[in-house]
Amino acid sequence: MSGFPTLLYKETLRFWKVSVQTVAAPVLTSLLYLVVFAQALENRVAVPGGVSYTAFLAPGLVMMSILQNAFANSSSSLIQSKVTGNMVFVLLTPISHLEVYAAYVLASVVRGLAVGVGVLAVTALFVDLRLASPLWIAGFALIGSAVLGALGLLASIWADRFEQIAAFQNFVILPLTFLSGVFYSIHALPEFWQRASHLNPFFYLVDGFRYGFIGASDFSPIASLAVGGLSFAILSAIALALLKSGYKLRG
Amino acid sequence: MTFAIETQDIEKRYGGLRALDAVSLQIRQGEFFGLLGPNGAGKTTLISIVAGLVRASAGAASVMGADVVADYRKARCMLGVVPQELVFDPFFTVRETLRMQSGYFGLRRNDAWIDEVIHHLDLDAKADANMRTLSGGMKRRVLVAQALVHKPPVIVLDEPTAGVDVELRQGLWRFIRRLNREGHTIVLTTHYLEEAEELCDRIALLKAGRVVALDSTRNLLQTFSGFVLRLRLDRDQLPGGLDTPVLSQDGNLFNLRLRDTAELESVLHRLREGGVGIAEFELQPPDLEEVFLRVMEKH
Repeated sequence: MSGFPTLLYKETLRFWKVSVQTVAAPVLTSLLYLVVFAQALENRVAVPGGVSYTAFLAPGLVMMSILQNAFANSSSSLIQSKVTGNMVFVLLTPISHLEVYAAYVLASVVRGLAVGVGVLAVTALFVDLRLASPLWIAGFALIGSAVLGALGLLASIWADRFEQIAAFQNFVILPLTFLSGVFYSIHALPEFWQRASHLNPFFYLVDGFRYGFIGASDFSPIASLAVGGLSFAILSAIALALLKSGYKLRG
Repeated sequence: MTFAIETQDIEKRYGGLRALDAVSLQIRQGEFFGLLGPNGAGKTTLISIVAGLVRASAGAASVMGADVVADYRKARCMLGVVPQELVFDPFFTVRETLRMQSGYFGLRRNDAWIDEVIHHLDLDAKADANMRTLSGGMKRRVLVAQALVHKPPVIVLDEPTAGVDVELRQGLWRFIRRLNREGHTIVLTTHYLEEAEELCDRIALLKAGRVVALDSTRNLLQTFSGFVLRLRLDRDQLPGGLDTPVLSQDGNLFNLRLRDTAELESVLHRLREGGVGIAEFELQPPDLEEVFLRVMEKH
């Protein structure tokens, strides 16, 4: 039998054992964003789809939490194993590079979805959410968490120290998620920033995910899904190649 | 015959540094094999290559006939490695750690064996304790247990008793000896030469990435036989004309190296001639430490 199910179980159990920090805390953070931004910006920001600003903001916050936590899961787990040296327990086993990749990315998806469901459940208490098409919601939640899980894996393969992951999180992931149209419609931006937003792959993930709720988007959801799929394919190919070569894992 | 571990002209370069240079070893099934050498000799690098943790720059290695690169799944199933560093996963208890490790090898219902390993390594009382709360010695036992969880025929222990108290060391060796008697091949690196002398059937000495001696422990002791003559004299100077090498001197206490017992005669004669009085006298048989020092000097 393969060692993959155990590695997936371990990666899932790892964050679940500290779920106050890994699930409850991000749910609370999102709720605070919702309360503060909704209070400050309701009726001041033009949003598509004829919905209230809060109904526009909530799905964005859910997706932002999914993306950030999916990244945090794979990246923190692998960098921790590398720095403390316990990655050796996996490297000594017959588990293949493909299984390592799949276990880390899938555990990230589980964490991303767990946080996403949590944020969604809590925001539903405050916001009257529409569910225009649940399939799009599920599809973008899956692809979004998978993209960020793969990116987290990649970052932690490359990184040698915790602070490099923290820097990646603060200087890449955080700005890209904040500027992905979570808090505003990019159509409200000046021409230049609209174009710049199109270069941000996270924009498509947030925009498509929100389409599933409000039935309106800045960009075609099919095209957005394609961008997500392409990003996932590219990141996965690089991660798999690095894992196969043993880059920074097998000396 | 299939060797438990075989390496052929293994070479490992780190930039310009040659950590291993054409290392060829054949370790037979059922052997208790010692891999000795000073720090930086390449012992851990060699073990890491066999375990698939490090890739060789050239050459090939196999475990029970399975190539460690081309047939890595089979090779790793055949091998249990106790790493030198005290590593652990702080999220889990001892039992969770062992179940996890077992699962990595595709073994699910393995609790009976896990319980047995826990028992033999005296971990019963700590089985449900978190890894973080364990002392260094206990963590070391868990590392041994993790290496045994998939019942590998070949077990490699990299400095398993470094920083471990006497009681655990003895308990550990009893258990490892038992495994060896039951047919497991044991490969050991250690700094404690008396341990290697007592336990190992055969020994390879590594220096600067090369095998400089490889023989049965008994042959090594005989080939490099020599006695240490320990003398306390009535003065802190040896008479002239004594060509026996002096190993060490501490005041009037001398350690001389004799090639054989016949040389004793000439040393005593020379001392008498010089009018030197002997306060204490002791002749020590050769030991592995002596062999080690001689081989290392020679190369």
